[in-house]
Amino acid sequence: MIASASILDLLEEKFGAAQITRQATADGIPTFWTPRENVQETLRWLKFDVERPYRMLYDLTAIDERERVNREGQPPSDFTVVYVLFSFERNEYVRIKTALSESSLSVGTITGIWPSANWYERELWDMFGIVVEGHPHLERILMPRSWVGHPLRKDHPARATEMGPYQLTPRKEEYEQELLRFRPEDWGMQSGRGETDFIFLNLGPQHPGTHGVFRTVLQLDGEVIVDAVPDIGYHHRAAEKMGERQTWHTYIPYTDRVDYLSGVVNNLAYLNSVERLAGIVPPPRARVIRVMMTELFRIINHLVWYGTFAQDVGQLSPVFYTFNDRERAFAIVETICGARMHPNWFRIGGVAQDLPNGWQELFRDFLKYLPPRLKEYDRAVLGNRIFKARTVGVGAYDTQTAIEWGVTGPNLRATGFEWDFRKKQPYSGYEDFEFDIPTGKNGDCYDRAIVRVEEMRQSLRIIEQCVNNMPGGPYMSDHPLATPPIKKFTMHDIETLITHFLNVSWGPVLPPGEAMCPIEASKGSNGYYLVSDGSTNSYRTRIRTPSFPHLQMLPLLCRGRMIPDLVAILGAMDYVLADVDR
Amino acid sequence: MNGLYQLAVVFGVLVVALTIAAGLIWLERRLLALWQDRYGPNRVGPFGLFQVLADMIKIFTKEDWTAPFADKATFILAPAIIVVTVLLSFAVVPFAPGIVVADLDIGLLFFLGMSSLGVYSVVLAGWSSDNKYSLLGGMRAAAQMLSYEVFMGLSLMGVVVLAGSFSLTAIVEAQRNLWFVVPQFLGFLLFMIAGIAETRRLPFDLPEAESELIAGYHAEYSGMKFGMFFVGEYLGIILISSMITVLFFGGWLGPVLPGIVWFLIKVFFFIAFFILLRAALPRPRFDQLMSWGWKVMLPLTLANVLVTGALVLAFA
Repeated sequence: MIASASILDLLEEKFGAAQITRQATADGIPTFWTPRENVQETLRWLKFDVERPYRMLYDLTAIDERERVNREGQPPSDFTVVYVLFSFERNEYVRIKTALSESSLSVGTITGIWPSANWYERELWDMFGIVVEGHPHLERILMPRSWVGHPLRKDHPARATEMGPYQLTPRKEEYEQELLRFRPEDWGMQSGRGETDFIFLNLGPQHPGTHGVFRTVLQLDGEVIVDAVPDIGYHHRAAEKMGERQTWHTYIPYTDRVDYLSGVVNNLAYLNSVERLAGIVPPPRARVIRVMMTELFRIINHLVWYGTFAQDVGQLSPVFYTFNDRERAFAIVETICGARMHPNWFRIGGVAQDLPNGWQELFRDFLKYLPPRLKEYDRAVLGNRIFKARTVGVGAYDTQTAIEWGVTGPNLRATGFEWDFRKKQPYSGYEDFEFDIPTGKNGDCYDRAIVRVEEMRQSLRIIEQCVNNMPGGPYMSDHPLATPPIKKFTMHDIETLITHFLNVSWGPVLPPGEAMCPIEASKGSNGYYLVSDGSTNSYRTRIRTPSFPHLQMLPLLCRGRMIPDLVAILGAMDYVLADVDR
Repeated sequence: MNGLYQLAVVFGVLVVALTIAAGLIWLERRLLALWQDRYGPNRVGPFGLFQVLADMIKIFTKEDWTAPFADKATFILAPAIIVVTVLLSFAVVPFAPGIVVADLDIGLLFFLGMSSLGVYSVVLAGWSSDNKYSLLGGMRAAAQMLSYEVFMGLSLMGVVVLAGSFSLTAIVEAQRNLWFVVPQFLGFLLFMIAGIAETRRLPFDLPEAESELIAGYHAEYSGMKFGMFFVGEYLGIILISSMITVLFFGGWLGPVLPGIVWFLIKVFFFIAFFILLRAALPRPRFDQLMSWGWKVMLPLTLANVLVTGALVLAFA
């Protein structure tokens, strides 16, 4: 790509060729290495000074490189810290890597450049044991505070059987509970102001307003929130670590469960990267089936959000209506995929099966059924004056703040910024579809609701186009890495039989390389950063989820507001904890 | 003989009120289910009617647990207060001619007094639980109920002016020609809103706001002590519905059918309306509720009293 050459050229011009080592990646994202001392300066320059700057910190993670083979042309490194930035002006990512040696495992913080780096850097420490110097509060984030070791290191066991039996003795239980006690002074909080004593209210991990096991400690002055400390990790299931154990193929079911309300959307995010690594382009029919199911799941996700959000502000009924609607959508999913919430239905190079007979009718019924229902909810929920009073002007932020904090998806579009990766960086054939990108104006909870409701209508439009224009042909690529290969050929020719046997038993071997091809998932931008060192499984699987940065914004949004507002803000954010904790 | 009759009325009212309150649990669940496209309890007995029985057995046999950190005496007292005050209020409600426990001359004031005392129950429960959520719920309840009490009393003054009496029987009798809902429509609306706030029902369920405070003031309660709050809430709904019927819809008055039947028809209409409100409305925020009460409802109430008074003076 010409554009990619230009930013690397500019960097070399600015910092000197000695500081910049280029690396070619399968995804075409401009990637370069720079020494640790130079990282902050480089990032600062990319954010503030370069023409058409990279204003969003898209992702920040690391790779334990100690066992990696097939990494020719890259500087020696034990642990590599990877920064991914995104520029809306350029519509382009840039990836910055810095090498750390095991003997000096530390890197300078960039929380001064992006506030959203805070949680990502804590994750670096938690998962890899990389010390982030200058970080305001470097503490474990996903693992319990009592955890020994850093899970994403290659020498950390992944299976329970390698770790000895787990026992919870009364002493240990007491110790663990003590570690969960919240101490305001740890977070630099005052326990009172003048004559007033603050209440510290522990909201969660078991609380109906947090939509899952999420805990936040509120510093309250009466009912007004002075500050909040979110505590995540209760839903951590080591999805990234599992990526290193499972084959490229058998990891697909794990992705379903990352954003567990969006089913196959996760499959697509993962496979987008896998297929780029493998160099597979799925056939047109597979692509359209994928788009159709992805949009159906976007509606399913938004329906859950709609009902629960209404319930968060005290409306009891909508949740039953939207769950009924969702049930209808699930009936379609069930007919096509055989499963409901986690269909695990996309495959490397296509989809698991062809569409069943009569599938069009199911969709046509649904396309007729849902719009009048949505109209009814508009009146019952969005038009309700109490609902408006609870959401208009609550938890508002502008586009600038959103970008600063890594906000994507409907939450970004609610600020009035028309940015949808389906349009801007089309994948899976989205460029062939007609649909609008709904946006809000004020970036408050109400606008976030409006955007999502409108998105459902646009998704229906896309589904309708899929139904009317479904291409014929195979549902699976005939690429040798496509897994599992179409069975019927295996009985006719030995080469296909061998490939089938190998891909199904061992799993496909992807060529060494790196790729991240994010998609516009239902909650925001979801990207799988995959590192292959030429084996049947991934060397490193990094899942960049939208909910993680969204939730990090919580204290910013709820300061000075009341507890009911906090619940409304959480509801409007549309996150699931599995998507935060992975 | 008269004494025996009185006793029969007392027990009759008590038993009927408590039975209806228990039955309301079933009614509310079925009605909500109807409006929410689902079934509700339909397994135990015909139409799931015995669900109430099963629930009662369960709640009576549950461990009567008191949180070790709670203030014991107050913790136990709080749920009793709500049931006692609401039941006492029933004493002045005229269900039909002659069916009234105590036909006090100041019946209306007695009702208002009792409902003010009811606030203590919620506040004490929130306070004695020694739980932050309960405390917040208790504080909300205190502020909400005290503010809405102010215009609850005032909203009824129009009725008193028209009837010229505080006696509830006299108020019903005064509606022979015209129900007070017609001349006192504003008063009716204001009283109904205040009444919902008094019973802490959606959209005024802030003290227990499930999605925010979990269960608010009764978060620490279980077993029959929780059951008392539960029954107290339903008794409160019946009471407010009865008061609306008595004060604005002519109580037992109506053609053909006996008075008590008319009374029950009207009461159940308002009960169903309360349940419908719960199915339909979201919950406002605490400060919004307060400012609405003080800035909108109170001025309207005062205006209502002034205008009614002036009109009565002018035409009488």
